[in-house]
Amino acid sequence: MINTGDTAFIMLSAAMVLLMTPALALFYAGMVRSKNVLGTILQSFIMIAVVTFEWIYIGYSMSFGPDVGGLIGNLSMVALNGVGSEPSPTYATTIPHLVFMIYQCMFAVITPALITGAVAERMRFGPFILFSLFWTIVVYNPVCHWIWGGGWLADKGVLDFAGGLVVHLTSGAAAAAAVLVLGPRKGLGRDKFMPHNLPMTLLGTGLLWFGWFGFNGGSALAADGIAATAFVNTHVAGMAGLAMWVALEWFLYKQPTTLGAASGAIAGLATVTPAAGFINPQAAVFIGLLAGFSCFAAVTYKNKAGFDDSLDVVGIHGLGGVIGTICLGIFASKASNPGGADGLLAGNASFLTTQIFGVVVVGAYAFVVSFILLKITDIICGGLRVSIEDETVGLDQTAHSETAYNM
Amino acid sequence: MKKIEAIIKPFKLDDVKDALNQIGITGMTLTDVKGYGRQKGHVEIYRGAEYMVDFIPKVKIGIIVPSEKVDEVVETIISAARTGKIGDGKIFVLPVDNVIRVRTGETGSEAI
Repeated sequence: MINTGDTAFIMLSAAMVLLMTPALALFYAGMVRSKNVLGTILQSFIMIAVVTFEWIYIGYSMSFGPDVGGLIGNLSMVALNGVGSEPSPTYATTIPHLVFMIYQCMFAVITPALITGAVAERMRFGPFILFSLFWTIVVYNPVCHWIWGGGWLADKGVLDFAGGLVVHLTSGAAAAAAVLVLGPRKGLGRDKFMPHNLPMTLLGTGLLWFGWFGFNGGSALAADGIAATAFVNTHVAGMAGLAMWVALEWFLYKQPTTLGAASGAIAGLATVTPAAGFINPQAAVFIGLLAGFSCFAAVTYKNKAGFDDSLDVVGIHGLGGVIGTICLGIFASKASNPGGADGLLAGNASFLTTQIFGVVVVGAYAFVVSFILLKITDIICGGLRVSIEDETVGLDQTAHSETAYNM
Repeated sequence: MKKIEAIIKPFKLDDVKDALNQIGITGMTLTDVKGYGRQKGHVEIYRGAEYMVDFIPKVKIGIIVPSEKVDEVVETIISAARTGKIGDGKIFVLPVDNVIRVRTGETGSEAI
């Protein structure tokens, strides 16, 4: 039975999650140098085309089609076969199947876009597209199926409300692989990689935060109390991450920064994502504070260690996914969501073990397969990186024949 | 005739301009410049990564005056631009062979 309230809410949520991809493009683009603005934006924005194509023809069926051995969906819903205005018998049974399909599509779109932050300012456009297409098929779709499509991790009891594992850990692990395979930008440690436009980054942060209400709130798949819980938890965790990061900077570096505020907010929002609909707001505040602290520490460590995860995909999204998923194992309570689970604090230590198992499996799978896919893409395309000369001139001119600022 | 080039802190520009107006200096040329001297640069921090920014924004004003006015103009600029802190800037005085007003073709002091 179609519920009009649920349907309206999820359609709107889908639009909000779509907005997050261009928002992410702005968030990232503000942090790169002015010669790489459009190259960075387009690597995210093009995912709307690449992944939507993939999703409607095979991705949706692989992720949410009838289960094959717990590993993958079958291909009975290829090209949206049987996906119409009637509800699915299995998923979100109060909204049209098409609405569920397009809502999930927006998640698949933004996930590879997240990876672009790790390879910013040096990866070729064509190879990135090819890698993203492979990656969506071989990493995103299976992991999505394992957890949300009734696959083997769901059977084991692993929970992920809105994508701590499916979105943030998969992209974070892929980012780690990409950093190792591509190597650092030319001049790391010598040249100044300073953000060229932090107002742009803050605009992106604001739009991401707005979209996140659809990302997490909509993951209830109904306009109900669980959506309300997720909505509030999302906001308070973003708030707590922001507050923690700024406070740490103020204490350690004597001055709070705008980029720190944006980074802390995104860390809090990403970290609460897997838990948003399964915990109470007090737990969400704690998770946000922990996210601000941990991601700040991770980013500081990265700078010292010399890894060029240029825009901190691993330190913010990857780590956020890990911490949030594990915290869910601690703070989950059936009092907040009867369809969820009880975690460690509710006396159920085994759920925490289950969540840690989920993190290890998804993290390892995404890292290893991403590494292999990057190597394969490297061979097919004859190189992943732009030439040293093009890297010096910048991607905007050399890859797109455009300039971001004509003044 | 002399050219006076003064590199000053940008926020002192209005004070210098007003002070020069009051002693009858009717025109100047302004350039945004970056540089460093004893003040050196400053540190910027982005997500914990520290970058030394060597070149600090300054403005350079250029004024052409009759030779006898040089001391008065220099004193005026100094008193208007000085904060007493490091980085207040420098003044250069250069000889000028001739000045020609494009509109009328006047030359020398007449053209200033």
